[in-house]
Order: sequence, then structure tokens, then C-alpha cells
Amino acid sequence: MEELASLLNGFYVVFSPFNFMLMIVGILLGVIIGVLPGLGGANGVAILLPLTFSMSPTSAIIMLSCIYWGALFGGAITSILFNIPGEPWSVATTFDGHPMAQQGKADEALTGAFTSSFVGAIVAVVMITFLAPLVAKFALKFGPAEFFAVQFLTFASFIGMGKGSAFKTLASMCLGFGLASVGLDTVTGQLRMTFGITDLLTGFKFLTAVIGLFGIGEILASMESGLAFSGSHAKLKLNAVIEAWKKLPRYWITFVRSCVVGCWMGVTPGGATPASFMSYGLAKRFSKNGERFGKGELEGVVAPETAAHAAGTSALLPMLTLGIPGSPTAAVLLGGLLIWGLQPGPLLFVEQKDFVWGLIASMYLGNLVGLMIVLTCVPLFAAILRIPFSIIAPVIMVICAVGAYTINNAMFDVWMMVGFGIVAYCFNKLSYPLPPFVLALVLGDMAESSFRQAMLLSQGSVTIFWSNGLVGSIMSLGLILLLWPVISWVLDKMRAAKAA
Amino acid sequence: MTGHASKFLTVAGLAVGALATAFSVTPAAAQAWQPTKAVTFVIPAGTGGGADQMARFIQGVVTKHNLMPQPMVVINKAGGAGAEGFLDMKASPRDPHKIVITLSNLFTTPMATGTPFSWKDLTPVAMLALDQFVLWVNAETNYRTAQDYLNAIKGGSDKQFKMGGTGSKQEDQIITVALERLTGGKKLTYVPFAGGGAVAVQLVGKHVDSTVNNPIEAVSQWKAGALRPLCLFDAKRSVYTAKVTSSMAWSDIPTCKESGLNVEYQMLRGVFTTSGVTAAQVNYYVELFKKVMATDDWKKFMEDGAFNQTFMTGDQFKKWVEANDKLHHDLMKEAGFLATN
Repeated sequence: MEELASLLNGFYVVFSPFNFMLMIVGILLGVIIGVLPGLGGANGVAILLPLTFSMSPTSAIIMLSCIYWGALFGGAITSILFNIPGEPWSVATTFDGHPMAQQGKADEALTGAFTSSFVGAIVAVVMITFLAPLVAKFALKFGPAEFFAVQFLTFASFIGMGKGSAFKTLASMCLGFGLASVGLDTVTGQLRMTFGITDLLTGFKFLTAVIGLFGIGEILASMESGLAFSGSHAKLKLNAVIEAWKKLPRYWITFVRSCVVGCWMGVTPGGATPASFMSYGLAKRFSKNGERFGKGELEGVVAPETAAHAAGTSALLPMLTLGIPGSPTAAVLLGGLLIWGLQPGPLLFVEQKDFVWGLIASMYLGNLVGLMIVLTCVPLFAAILRIPFSIIAPVIMVICAVGAYTINNAMFDVWMMVGFGIVAYCFNKLSYPLPPFVLALVLGDMAESSFRQAMLLSQGSVTIFWSNGLVGSIMSLGLILLLWPVISWVLDKMRAAKAA
Repeated sequence: MTGHASKFLTVAGLAVGALATAFSVTPAAAQAWQPTKAVTFVIPAGTGGGADQMARFIQGVVTKHNLMPQPMVVINKAGGAGAEGFLDMKASPRDPHKIVITLSNLFTTPMATGTPFSWKDLTPVAMLALDQFVLWVNAETNYRTAQDYLNAIKGGSDKQFKMGGTGSKQEDQIITVALERLTGGKKLTYVPFAGGGAVAVQLVGKHVDSTVNNPIEAVSQWKAGALRPLCLFDAKRSVYTAKVTSSMAWSDIPTCKESGLNVEYQMLRGVFTTSGVTAAQVNYYVELFKKVMATDDWKKFMEDGAFNQTFMTGDQFKKWVEANDKLHHDLMKEAGFLATN
């Protein structure tokens, strides 16, 4: 067990009072960064990166990666309390997390989210500890066709999510695809649908859209209902954490499935955001309580949070072993590695043992420390909801506006956010579902460029999607999921016919 | 220097500056300006790429060695193939607290997309280095020299060989088009990806046949024995003789010209500030970058990335930019990449 010895050595490196202090500071900063929409883990790490130049590389990466864990934890807080996802990967958490808060079960939702995050992260770290070289090789198998297959699978696992008309779901998704295609077309190098407006060069930024659609949309909706917020009457229970923990073990299948989805998406590197969506879609499809998803089901919080954290953690693996970042934050950390004089790549595990195993050990400890910190604060977070909504609503508005502005230091984004808020209001009034719209917006251009790259490679033949076992099985799985509603309908008919 | 003294110097500097504009600009005045608030360093490219790595590295060196009285803030404005960053510079004339690092998209983006900006909307500060391009193949293939690979392309079917690169109608594709003049009518299939690191990994995974990655983007894969360099797109071989792998140094890579592929291309890594700034302000940054370049950190960074260390400022740099702008116009025109509007 060579890995275990290396890991023990890593713990030995990490366990200095100074490193331990950095870890706690990092987690706290990360939680704050995760809570503020728009700031985001990547920006937070970029701002704080210069602070670490005077430290040893190991101490520096411990602090920065703890900011990263903290941001992953923190993203869930505002999603659940105010329906504002602080980070893109928390969007799926709002679907059930916020309804739970409205029912006065914010503490249960928060505990569920934090615990799931922890489980996801630990599973991913264990994978990194023992399977790193193997997993790194697997990531190399991913070309454009494989990437498209994964994105297709995400979409497929999400079809049929909408409670209402399937056509409304489709319309909402197509609108998302339309907005995703604005800006520079990476394959031809031409601008599309910008109509000569320079502000549209960059396209519609996902975070601006999400802050507007969820945060502002939510406030508009509660304004209409007279600023009532039912969650505020919830009693504060000090044993909320224990109570929630009693419920979690029954979702073990969801945990396992979400961990697999998360690790896989983090390594390939699909990223935490698609992982959380895919995991939510799959949980809804296969859960016994699938129809109750979206109305405040704890399982609907567990699935995306577990997957997002598993993906966020395993995203560091391709960064370390291949030098390709699996997430924007990982990209900034990559820049940090170079300044500290470390060359990420296949040899990092051989040449920089102390650094790599110190980092891995800090992943175990950082997540444990993070879980303890955020769980202690659950009653505190839940108490925020007891503040009258007429006071908290303007505060949320300001936070949203600041968040939208921070993304790119542009006032244009703030107006865009307001526009998206109004769009969300109309969507709700006309009962069009928002999730497919958001999903298409976030994955639209990735899926499009992967598809077109694959088409270039195969010179226009779709057989590339079945050209090897890996891509073929992902694609087939996607197709089965896509057609699942039809298949299950046919199966039901056949069963009914037999019974009759 | 204490805060008090630096404030005094700034005030003195402003006074001298005012006098200087009243009479004539003297070299003494040219050294008197200092930033009075945080300096924004714009990167017209995404995180993780070559320009991003260099800008963040410079920020690190400036902070570590305390070379500036004010902090340096790095911002990525990558939208529209860098147009976002350059338009932001254009929109704030006479702002000496804003600098931008460039890659070839300074020339290619306005030409390919018709976005209204050019290098003339900026004030050139200094050329920090020229970034190299190397023709890479997967180490498991049998192509030992650039000529081997060229012959394979000539002998294969049209569009059979796939070249991976960063972006579309940018430097990587310009080199690809230049190579196609030598392949006896056989075209390469150019596949654009989002970033240089991803391109190198696609080559390791054998999803493409070759790339023209910058040295720093592919060096770790070379060290690990996954990629093989065939030739360097420069007139002369690299000057770095320290061994990178067990058997080869950067200087052991032949130039493409000596391998029979007469293609040369290098990319500007330069710094510009906004238009209309004073000579004193430009000079401040020139002196700042000279200090950055004097550090051991910088020398190591140059060697790791096998950069061509050419430093230029003032009129010499301006002339170089002018000539390079024309060169890109010709290359883009020949490749049919110019925007139609």
C-alpha cells in the first residue's frame, strides 16, 4: 500500500499549526465567497493568489484549495435560503432546497446539502488517493465525440423534468439554446447574433442570467404575494442536524449514483455544473418520489450537492496530472502552481511528492473541518429567515446587483440581470419551466462546439458517436434515457394488456 | 519607502510633470510619474492560456518583489476572441492605470470579426518576449522528423490529417494554412479547441494528429514522453541548452526551415496602455518591466517556456508592431480569413 504511506506522509506535512490555521481561514473565506453571488470561487482564488506568494507551495495550495472547498459549501446557503445560487453548480440545489426553506425546513435542507457535499468530496478524494494514475489515463480517452456524448446524456437525463406541457419544456430549452449561441462562434471565429452591439460580444453570461432568473425572479414573485414568506415562522430547533441525519441514510442509492456521476464528470473534465444537473435529473427519474421533486424533497437536495462536490474535488485531478483544469477555479490554481515553480503534468506526482500528498491530505482534513464549521452555523443561517422579508428583500436586491456587476465590472450586466428577472416572472406566470432554459444556457455552447469539432474530425459522419465502446455506450445510454418516457409507457401498456 | 515619503514624491512628481508640460518634456520629468491607484492588467484571453500565465506571473513577481507602490489587479476579458479586453482599453483613453498584455489576437481579431479596434487605439509600452511555436506529434507515432510527417500528409488522402489548435482564424490556424502550401495540395483538417492546454491533451489522447502548441503549453507532456517536437517555427534554433528531457534540450529541436518546411511564425507578448497617455507614464511601465525582467524568477520563466527573449520599447517597438500588423493582414488575406464587411 504505497499510497497509504504517501498519504500518511502528507498528513505529517499538513499537521503544523500554521497550515491548520490557513485551512480554517481558507474555509471561512471560501464560505463568504460562495455566499456572494458573482464573486465565485475562481475570482476569490484569483484575488487571494498574490497573498500566497510568500508562503511555501504546500501551505499556499492548502489555503487556496480550502477556499475552493469553502466556496463549494457556501454556494448552497443562498440557494436554499433565498433561491439565489451563489455558484453555477448550486442552481440545481434551488429546485428543492428553496421550497424546503419556504416550508420552514431550511435547517433540514442545509444539513442535507452540507452532509451530501461532504460525502461527495470524500468519495472523490478516496478515488484520487488510490486511482489517480489510472483515472488520469481515462481522461485522455475523451475527445470531442466523447464530450458531446456526455453533454447529450445530461440533456437526456433532464428531458421530461417539467411538470407541465412537454412543448413548454421544449420551447424553454430552445430559448436557452438561442441565447447560448450569442457571441463569438468558436469554430468559425465569427460573431453571431450580436447585431453590432459590442456588449453582446461576450454572449449571455450564465451567472448574470442565473442571478436574474432565480434571485430577482423570486423577489418579484414574493412582492406580488405581499412580501409574505412562510418559512419565517419556522421554529428554531437546535437538534435539527441530528434530525436531518436520521433521514439521510435512506437515500443511499442516490448518494452512490451521485458520487459516480460527480467523480466521472469531474475527471473527464465535464465540470461540477453539468454533474449537478445530470445527478438531479437521474434522481428524479429513478426515485420513488420522483413526482414530488421540485416541491421540497430532501432527496432533490442530496443528489445535486453530492455530485457537485464530488465533481469539484475530482476536477483537481486532471489539473494536477494533465495540466488541464476541470473548472475555472482549477484554472486559476493552475496559474498559481506555475508561480510557485511547479510544473503541472504527468510528472508532478513523481517529482513533487510532498506537495501532491500534502494537497491530498488537506482535501480530507479541509472537507472535515469545513463540514464542522458549516454545520455549527446551520441554526444561524436558518435564523436569517426570521428577519422580516420586507427588510431582507432590498438586501438581496443589492447583493444580486453587486454580484452581477462583479462578474465583469460592467453595468450592462446589471441591466441584463433585471431583464432576466422579468423573464423569470413571465415564465412563472405562463407556467413555463425555468430549469431546461438554464440547462440549455449553461451547456448549449459547450455541446455545440463539441458536436462541431466531432463533425470536423469525422468529416461529417455521425458514426463517430459509435466509433468506439466508450462513446457508443454513453450515446446509447443517452438515447435510452431520452426515450425512457416512451419506453415506460409502452411497458405499462403491455403489462396492462397482459393483466386484462 | 514610507507612505509619507511616497506621497510627497507623487506630489513633487505631479508638480514637475505640470512644469514639464508647460515647457517641454524632459527626460527628468519622464521618470516622475507613479501610479496613484491600483493598476488593472487586462488579459484579452481566458484563464490558463499562455497570455494568462504570463500576466499572472508578472503580477506575482511585482507583488513578491514589491516593485510597485500600488497593487496590480489582473482581469480576464476574453469575450469575442479578446475583443472584449481591447474594446475596454479603447473605451478608456488617457487612463494610465490600465495596461493590457497582447497575443496575436491584437491583429487577428479585428481582421477576422470586423470588431472596431486596432493597435492604433493603444499606446505601445514594451515587447516582453516573442512566444515560439513548435510542431508536435504524439510520441507513439513514427514521425521522427518534420519531413517524415510532411511526407505522410502528402501520401495520405485529402483532409486525412487533423491539426488541433486554439481558436479559429487565429495564430494556430494561420500556421496551419502556411503549412498547407507545402503539402502538395493536400489539406489538413483544422479542429479548433478552447485553450492551448486542452489542445496538447487532445494530442496525447490521439484525437488529433499534430498541434502547433507554444512550448509552455506542451512542455510537461514532452517531459513525460507523451509528445515529440518535430520543428520550431523560428529562423534560429532556441538558445536554451539545458536538458528538458533525458536526451533533448530546447536547442536540439531543429528549425522548420532546416527541416524543409519554410514557415516562420512568432507571437508578440507585449504590453500596451491606453491612448493619449504621457511619455512619463509610458516610461514608468518600461522601467517597471525592466525591473521584472531583471529578476531570477523571470529568467526561469523564460527558459521554462523557451521564449525568444527580445525586448523592445519606444519607436523600435512601434515599428515592429506596424510591420507585424501588415504581415498579419497579408497572411489573413491569403488564407481568406478577413471579415467581409
